[in-house]
Amino acid sequence: MAAINRDDVAHLARLAHIEMSAQELDRMAGELAVIVDSVKSVGEAAGGDVPATSHPIPLTNVFREDVVGHTFTAEQALSGAPDSLDFRFKVPAILDEA
Amino acid sequence: MNPDAILSFEEAMEKYDPVLGFEVHVELNTKTKMFSSAPNVFGDEPNTNVNEVDLGMPGVLPVVNKAAIESSIKIGLALNCKIAESCRFARKNYFYPDTPKNFQTSQYDEPIAYDGYLDIELSDGTVFRVEIERAHMEEDAGKLTHMGGATGRIQGADFSLVDYNRAGVPLVEIVTKPIEGAGSRAPELAKAYVAAVREIVKNLGVSDAKMERGNVRCDANVSLRPHGRERFGIRSETKNVNSLRAVEHAVRYEIQRHAAVLDSGEPVIQETRHWHEDTRTTTSGRAKSDADDYRYFPEPDLVPVVPSREWVEELRATLPEPPAARRKRLQADWGYSDLEFRDVVNAGVMDEIEETIAAGASASVARKWWMGEIVGRAKNADVDPGQLGVQPATIVELARMVEEGKINNKMASEVLDGVLAGEGSPAEIVEKRGLAVVSDDGPLLEAIDAALAAQPDVADKIRGGKVQAIGAIVGGVMKATRGQADAGRVRELILEKLGVTA
Amino acid sequence: MTDTNELIRLTAAALAEKLAAGEVTSVEVTQAYLDRIAAVDGGERGVNAFLHVNAEEALAVAAEVDALRAAGGAEAEALHVLAGVPIAVKDLIVTVGQPTTAGSKILEGWYSPYDATVVERLRAAKMPILGKTNLDEFAMGSSTEHSAYGPTRNPWDLDRIPGGSGGGSAAAVAAFEAPLALGTDTGGSIRQPGAVTGTVGVKPTYGSVSRYGAIAMASSLDQIGPVSRTVLDSALLHQVIGGHDSRDSTSLPDPLADLVAAAKTGNVEGLRIGIIKELHGEGYQAGVENRFNDALELLKEAGAEIVEVSCPNFQYALGAYYLIMPSEASSNLAKFDGVRYGLRVLPEEGPMTIERVMGATRAAGFGDEVKRRIILGTYALSAGYYDAYYGSAQKVRTLVQRDFDAAFTVADVLISPTAPTTAFRLGEKLDDPLAMYLNDVATIPANLAGVPGLSLPGGLADEDGLPVGIQLLAPAREDARLYRVGAVLESLLEAKWGGPLLAQAPALGELVEAKEAK
Repeated sequence: MAAINRDDVAHLARLAHIEMSAQELDRMAGELAVIVDSVKSVGEAAGGDVPATSHPIPLTNVFREDVVGHTFTAEQALSGAPDSLDFRFKVPAILDEA
Repeated sequence: MNPDAILSFEEAMEKYDPVLGFEVHVELNTKTKMFSSAPNVFGDEPNTNVNEVDLGMPGVLPVVNKAAIESSIKIGLALNCKIAESCRFARKNYFYPDTPKNFQTSQYDEPIAYDGYLDIELSDGTVFRVEIERAHMEEDAGKLTHMGGATGRIQGADFSLVDYNRAGVPLVEIVTKPIEGAGSRAPELAKAYVAAVREIVKNLGVSDAKMERGNVRCDANVSLRPHGRERFGIRSETKNVNSLRAVEHAVRYEIQRHAAVLDSGEPVIQETRHWHEDTRTTTSGRAKSDADDYRYFPEPDLVPVVPSREWVEELRATLPEPPAARRKRLQADWGYSDLEFRDVVNAGVMDEIEETIAAGASASVARKWWMGEIVGRAKNADVDPGQLGVQPATIVELARMVEEGKINNKMASEVLDGVLAGEGSPAEIVEKRGLAVVSDDGPLLEAIDAALAAQPDVADKIRGGKVQAIGAIVGGVMKATRGQADAGRVRELILEKLGVTA
Repeated sequence: MTDTNELIRLTAAALAEKLAAGEVTSVEVTQAYLDRIAAVDGGERGVNAFLHVNAEEALAVAAEVDALRAAGGAEAEALHVLAGVPIAVKDLIVTVGQPTTAGSKILEGWYSPYDATVVERLRAAKMPILGKTNLDEFAMGSSTEHSAYGPTRNPWDLDRIPGGSGGGSAAAVAAFEAPLALGTDTGGSIRQPGAVTGTVGVKPTYGSVSRYGAIAMASSLDQIGPVSRTVLDSALLHQVIGGHDSRDSTSLPDPLADLVAAAKTGNVEGLRIGIIKELHGEGYQAGVENRFNDALELLKEAGAEIVEVSCPNFQYALGAYYLIMPSEASSNLAKFDGVRYGLRVLPEEGPMTIERVMGATRAAGFGDEVKRRIILGTYALSAGYYDAYYGSAQKVRTLVQRDFDAAFTVADVLISPTAPTTAFRLGEKLDDPLAMYLNDVATIPANLAGVPGLSLPGGLADEDGLPVGIQLLAPAREDARLYRVGAVLESLLEAKWGGPLLAQAPALGELVEAKEAK
């Protein structure tokens, strides 16, 4: 398994939308390298024929009937919003698609 | 090279072979959302059709809407797909303010339906088979409105406002396999394919299927390769092509643009393109980047969907008549000739005619109005006929007024213009504009006398039994009354006057 | 009226009896706990178990219960057995009318517009909610030191950690600030704090208690469970919060067993109890090992058959956990972005785009451990690494389940120390994430496999005089067995000690003052 370096962490931080300073990136790279090293045995433990378990207790077909339940008023929906306008959540400009 | 350069379609076709692919998103018309019990309703006040789940509040969990699963299976069956024995939802992780959890819950590598096909009838009657890769379930995002700046577009906006009413609305995404061999009919096929999907989901009753509302949305993939080469070229994905005409235009434009790029010797960039209806061009969106690492993993808050074969067969038994069979039946019911019916289908007004007939019009009246009046107006307005907003009841009312002799056909056409201009109901417009067939026989008889006097030879012919010659006299009367007369009544009066029985 | 100092030391079961008999009112009980919180929780060297105290509402509920009891009749008859018994709720569980922070700055001051299912059930049982308890931020930690609101202190020694992430709930119960509390357990966050504070904590079978309203860390591992001073009290609370919930797709449809009856069964004769070879011995503190052996002796004397089982794949459990947990957490915590609720921080310089506002908000709102796990999870899920990390970890999960399956063919219940050590000192492992993670080595397998686990006090370690926890594990859906065996072991131990272990804890009021005086 690959080692984890500072550039990797910078990329991951971008994906995770967490701004990090240069020092933070360095520190995180060091800590993650240790953790990643410690979990590497996991890849060796399970062979190809072992099925993956994503739910500890297997259930299937859990559905909800198509019946309308409660809703919030716009005021309730926006009660915790950092910023809003005209009953909508207000966010700064989105420029990444320019 | 000039990024806006395009080749003529004919030249592009001479040099290159287009390969198409479509991702059509269908919004289901379930009562509630995909994973929450908030109502799935279009057009309400912002942020009122939401609860804690739709807003991605801390601690919430999704629960799958059974009706959405049933609708998805029905779509799969109607697209001749296999229905998965077991399938799961996954999380597609990306940050965007219209996505409340910053991941979209979507079926990733385990679609509920896969390996299907759809036979598409082209305008010349040939049938083209489009292979369906998969139909999978996912949830819609909220709606962003970009404020400030000049255009209301994302570029240059000062800020954006988010309404989560649409967040969590169930979607089925239908993905085709690469479509090869369409050649110069690619744009037509594109339109016909999307029309067919729309028709199917509407026919199933699982979606309102209104493209103008975004119930059916199309992303069109286009790539070109030189004739004779097997390997596909690099594709572009044109997003949000949201009318049938736009699908045709966008595919045509992208073929022309790709051809120009390839001709210049440059590589096509794999990117998202945005369609602009106003200029009928696409512009570059976002190139594929490492930010497109969606980190899919099975949604741990949901359990697998395992449709039993019994359930699938029960649903299959509820499927309505397939559109192709339906067309055959409707043509027979309405008594249209092959040519008439194909014109109706190609004009995209079959559903509208069916609704108009259901509202009380005769088959010939419905066809006359849609094909004779509305399609032309739609063409002039550059929209699909259905988008003009003509209500079946309006046509029935107009036809009744003509039949009752209150107005004539020419006036009815004028009234329709009034309706489309938002002036009110047909009755109101007739009233407002003072339109009425002159039904007092006095002035008509005068005009008839004048017309007969002006064309004595024609009068003689009619007297002699050549009743079909009457048109010239009727025309003269109509001209004299500036179209205000009821042509039927004029005809009756002429025959009466000349002592001829029709 | 009972002396308040005695009142707060009563078990929930005893309180319930006194309330039902009219010997004490719920307002008196609730007020006694609120007074205790006021006395020991705040200040420079207070326990700091509570992030929010809900005095007004708690007293109102208490008064309502008292009024219903006083009026008698059908409504009094219909009162739940725990009606009027106060409870504390881990601040990872959302509550209407009280802030929910998850121990994070990013949710400071946030009020949930809805109640968690378990909170609805507490309200339906008319249990006064005393307040919200401290935790490691988003339940990520084993010491409660990662709370954005300061660490909770261990009532046995205020310089030591109370375990984590549910250190607040465990410390509140250990310090007699509440008779009962709710916790959440993703890798041991109920059981390990129970072990190091001398209290009882239960992680139910995955799906047996609704997760709706518990702020998710790792969805496939998280489980809400009871925290108490006795096994019977946990059973009583589990009975209130457990059972199917249609809002949680992973909620088991099975009806809840009679856990209270199980806790009152009173014998373990003929029961096969399996020692897990891999979960004791090397790496475990000597005092922990000694108390574990004592417990085995007592169970054997009571007629249980002690067998040894091997779970060879448990050696990979910690690694698998530290891939699955951060992966799911990285996705679960994406929603905290400064758009819909909670903190919003604007970047100090550069373009003011939403991307940057999200980045600045999450940079300022999350603490180091949360960032570490989000980055690790983002890494484990990223393209090219999924199969090697997340995929492999899910396979290990299968292997761990198989180990459990095999073990439960020869044993009815498994036993181990809950944690390898007693409570360590505040700050001791803060800079060493890996050492911190090792605390969960014995508790994690149960989360991976979804099986229930219970930790109960096993005595004090010889070398430091601090509490040691004994963990019992049962097959999925067999939570009742834990209560049965746990209650028996507890009574045997208490008979040996001459009373509950917490009676040996230092008198906290004086301790707080003494330390402050220094």
